[in-house]
Amino acid sequence: MTSGEKYVAAVYGIVFLFVLAYVLIMATKLARLQREVGELARLVRSRLQVETEAPEQEEVAVG
Amino acid sequence: MWLRNNQVAVLAGLTVVLMAAALALIFFWVPNDADQGFSQRIFYFHVPIALTAYVCFGWGALKAFFHLWKRSPGADLESYVAIHQGVIFGALTLITGSLWAKVSWGVWWTWSEKQLVLFLVLFLFYAAYFMLRFSVEPGPARANLSAVYALFGVVLIPVSFLAIRLGERYIHPVVFSSRGPQLADSMLLTFFVAWAALLALAGTLYRLELLGKRLDAELRELKEALA
Repeated sequence: MTSGEKYVAAVYGIVFLFVLAYVLIMATKLARLQREVGELARLVRSRLQVETEAPEQEEVAVG
Repeated sequence: MWLRNNQVAVLAGLTVVLMAAALALIFFWVPNDADQGFSQRIFYFHVPIALTAYVCFGWGALKAFFHLWKRSPGADLESYVAIHQGVIFGALTLITGSLWAKVSWGVWWTWSEKQLVLFLVLFLFYAAYFMLRFSVEPGPARANLSAVYALFGVVLIPVSFLAIRLGERYIHPVVFSSRGPQLADSMLLTFFVAWAALLALAGTLYRLELLGKRLDAELRELKEALA
């Protein structure tokens, strides 16, 4: 491999590494978002469960 | 409708096709340069990356202008993401340029070249944008300050681009002069395909980052509402 070829390989390699790094960052962010959505879904489910388990109030005739 | 809902996927697909075409043209089709030989192939990525950085900074300034003029919702975030992309492509320009300088001129950097120094000034100016932005609390003041700063920087783009064309003595090559492109047709075609590929890449990354930031903001809002 000549000196020129090495430098060309370095340039294209760096651009490739940059794209890979970007994909890695996006993957980390997506994983965090997925975790947070999961937490929210659990929170909503637990709230719905509390609402359905709460005893219904008896209707009382007034007057 | 499908296209509108899948913009990122379409852009990503286009990027893959264009990038494959560009790499095939660069390494299997375009002839070696008579003067620089094989190392001239750096040109097909270095120059489009630099031009893409200019486009990103310009887009960021345009969005900043819309934020200040029309108070367009989301324009501040779009301006921020475009400048972020511009800084990334700017860093790549400096790295690839430095490698090309080493193989062509024998040095990593030279302070006597207006083009290099002005691009560095432009890069540092926009790098400082983040320091300003994150030193102010989120809100209208931050958005307005960032927009004004982004608009000031756009003046540096034509100065940086024209620097070597206005100078009398230079070693940085000028390919696109007032006499037209100083390249063979095959080299010019390869250059445009590579530039299209890098623009598509920048567009994909811009949309992806914007999507992530919007999703993040909406999720935070939902969290606060449920808390």
